[in-house]
Amino acid sequence: MRRVAWLVPALYILFLLVPIYWLLNMSFKNTNEILGSFTLWPREFTLANYRKIFTDPTWYGGYLNSLAYVVMNTVTSVAVALPAAYAFSRYRFLGDKHLFFWLLTNRMAPPAVFALPFFQLYSAIGLFDTRLAVALAHCLFNIPLAVWILEGFMSGVPKELDETAFIDGYPFWRFFVRIFVPTIGSGIGVTAFFCFMFSWVELLLAKTLTAVEAKPIAATMTRTASTSGYELGLLAAAGALTIIPGAVVIYFVRNYIAKGFALGRV
Amino acid sequence: MAAVEAKTPNQRAWWLVAPVVLLVAFNAVIPLMTVVNYSVQETFGDNVFFFEGVKWFEQVLHSGRFHQALQRQLLFTGIILAIEVPLGVAIALAMPRRGPWASACLVLMAMPLLIPWNVVGAMWNLLALPDIGLLGRGLNAVGIDYNYTRQPLAAWATLVAMDVWHWTSLVALLAYAGLSAIPDAYYQAAKIDGASGSAVFRYIQLPKMKHVLTIAVLLRFMDSFMIYTEPMVLTGGGPGNATTLLSIDLVKVALGQFDLGPAAAMSLIYFLITLLLSWIYYTVMTKDEGH
Repeated sequence: MRRVAWLVPALYILFLLVPIYWLLNMSFKNTNEILGSFTLWPREFTLANYRKIFTDPTWYGGYLNSLAYVVMNTVTSVAVALPAAYAFSRYRFLGDKHLFFWLLTNRMAPPAVFALPFFQLYSAIGLFDTRLAVALAHCLFNIPLAVWILEGFMSGVPKELDETAFIDGYPFWRFFVRIFVPTIGSGIGVTAFFCFMFSWVELLLAKTLTAVEAKPIAATMTRTASTSGYELGLLAAAGALTIIPGAVVIYFVRNYIAKGFALGRV
Repeated sequence: MAAVEAKTPNQRAWWLVAPVVLLVAFNAVIPLMTVVNYSVQETFGDNVFFFEGVKWFEQVLHSGRFHQALQRQLLFTGIILAIEVPLGVAIALAMPRRGPWASACLVLMAMPLLIPWNVVGAMWNLLALPDIGLLGRGLNAVGIDYNYTRQPLAAWATLVAMDVWHWTSLVALLAYAGLSAIPDAYYQAAKIDGASGSAVFRYIQLPKMKHVLTIAVLLRFMDSFMIYTEPMVLTGGGPGNATTLLSIDLVKVALGQFDLGPAAAMSLIYFLITLLLSWIYYTVMTKDEGH
């Protein structure tokens, strides 16, 4: 039984790779070959689809927009969640449990519910169609998540660390920045990974809050799909390129993923 | 929150959570109040509103369309939970515990989680197209009549396969994390006692995974209940309304027909159902853990 056990993950990973293989296969074909024939490997290998994306500003601009708001959101979420998670893990204060549950309810709110009011809110304050608007909107679900994960990591740090530092006369913020934050470095890495992930994959809010200037790559893709209809190779190439940032991030945190899931209770 | 040793009472801790409260409240309270506001009013344009009380709520709760979308949603969530949870656990149990293969598995399995949701939909679209997709063409070649844009059953099967592809890894990674936390001594003790494989699973592995599996089921429940982008890109809710899940229906009402009142009432009912089911599940599962 143990001898064939490796087959289960192996088959599963094979299943995971099939759609990705097909996407890559299509991205290296021209439109004629995609529509006219059925080939398991591109017969006329072409990089034209990728060249188009890297030279057309509406395409590569979409990538830059997406990366910009994802990074802004990740930095903001982690920065404000750090002191809050510390408060939840160390102190008891009026309404703490209710506050924690209220934060989590925002992780449960369907984005479809918020799409229209978000549009009106961000239009009203003049942030519509900016990267900042998307970065702020994604805080709705990423801040609760960051607080949740970080609180898990911080509860694993013994309280003696804080007490010793305070007895030694460290002011709070110096202790927090110089000693405490470096102690939970891996936790911050895992948190940043999840914030990056959920901001990178979200489309409904990102699309609702942008029109031209700050349009994310994913929205460029859906509009191409609906207007020009048959540029499937281009669509496939753009899709293939959106896998890369995620793959890079996974590679860097590969040793922390499982641990982060366990400790962070994500 | 985890039960740590006694926490210090400190009201000034509010200053530490204030930025989080401000940012989240800005994004959550104002839009939610907007929704509540719309849900009790009627408008004919020009920003003129009339108070309508609970009319929209009654209308939504009695509408067959909402009931059907809700039934489809519950069916979808039920099916994907029934597949993804056992499959994820089985994969985690069979994965190598350490070494380069474990790392390789983790990296490869995490990949679908980081692909933008519309790309997931587009990818499966390209894969399943009956004329040029590998899956669609392949199924038709072996004699199975398959066209997910026309047959409701095929659309459902494709949708479920896509979700299993997309999210089983999350359950597997969580279960794997739970398994990694079991000390080797437990297995050695079981071996000395001559415990069978199923006994090890039932009395050692399952209890140790219980906590992370609770989180896995809860997350999968919440996320599948809110699913929008992937089915929207793949089937657009069709053929007909066969795969119109709750979110898709809601967006059709709100942004397609611009019926703000009914859409807002539907939003609130939808949100409350999600909250209630999540809360019941979490309370039941954590009741005997004492925190």
